[in-house]
Amino acid sequence: MSKKFMYLNRKAPYGTVYALESLEVVLIGAAFEQDVSLAFIGDGVYQLTKGQNTDGIGMKNFSPTYSALGDYDVNKIYVEKESLEERGLTLDDLQHLVWEDEDEDWAEKDSIRLVSRAELADVLDDQDVVLSF
Amino acid sequence: MAMLHTVNKSPFESNSFETCLGLAKSGSTVLLFEDGVYAATAGTSAADAISNANGITFAVLGPDAQARGIDGKLADGIKVVDYDGFVDLVAESDQVQAWL
Repeated sequence: MSKKFMYLNRKAPYGTVYALESLEVVLIGAAFEQDVSLAFIGDGVYQLTKGQNTDGIGMKNFSPTYSALGDYDVNKIYVEKESLEERGLTLDDLQHLVWEDEDEDWAEKDSIRLVSRAELADVLDDQDVVLSF
Repeated sequence: MAMLHTVNKSPFESNSFETCLGLAKSGSTVLLFEDGVYAATAGTSAADAISNANGITFAVLGPDAQARGIDGKLADGIKVVDYDGFVDLVAESDQVQAWL
């Protein structure tokens, strides 16, 4: 029986290695066909900003990898509204992440779900396993 | 005395930036780099604090802002410097205070 796994992301990319490590674990975990979701709260929302260019800092830009998550059936990506607002960001500042729904003739659908803190609390409460990064 | 303050932590994750602003005197420079660059994003309370800090020069390390995709969202009045500019700021200052 599949379990509900949530990866909870709270750190900005590049300053620490948490964001990259989380992404690696998500991609590995995706092979085990569990019910996977990701949540981005606090500085974690910075992981999804578009236009990241790491040429000047000599680190790998791993942000394009988020757009591959849909192909691994990871298509529930929760972003906390309050965290975006505190940081002067809107959904338009984030990458547009999509997945293709096999049951609806591969229709392209949005992966990102903008949720309030209260809504996210309910999503979190519904998980079997929460992995925090 | 010209002092350079450096902040490399996100203002949302640590109080380094806030503490720095509280102790930085007029005539000093605050350089934001690594995750510190997020303090320079328009529309944040940290950016408001920057616009209210009179007499302090604020600079951001460009490559760190670009890496994080926020170079197009920097608040007004913040100078963008590259690594050479970072070195110049250090060389021009009498003292460097790193707020870790």
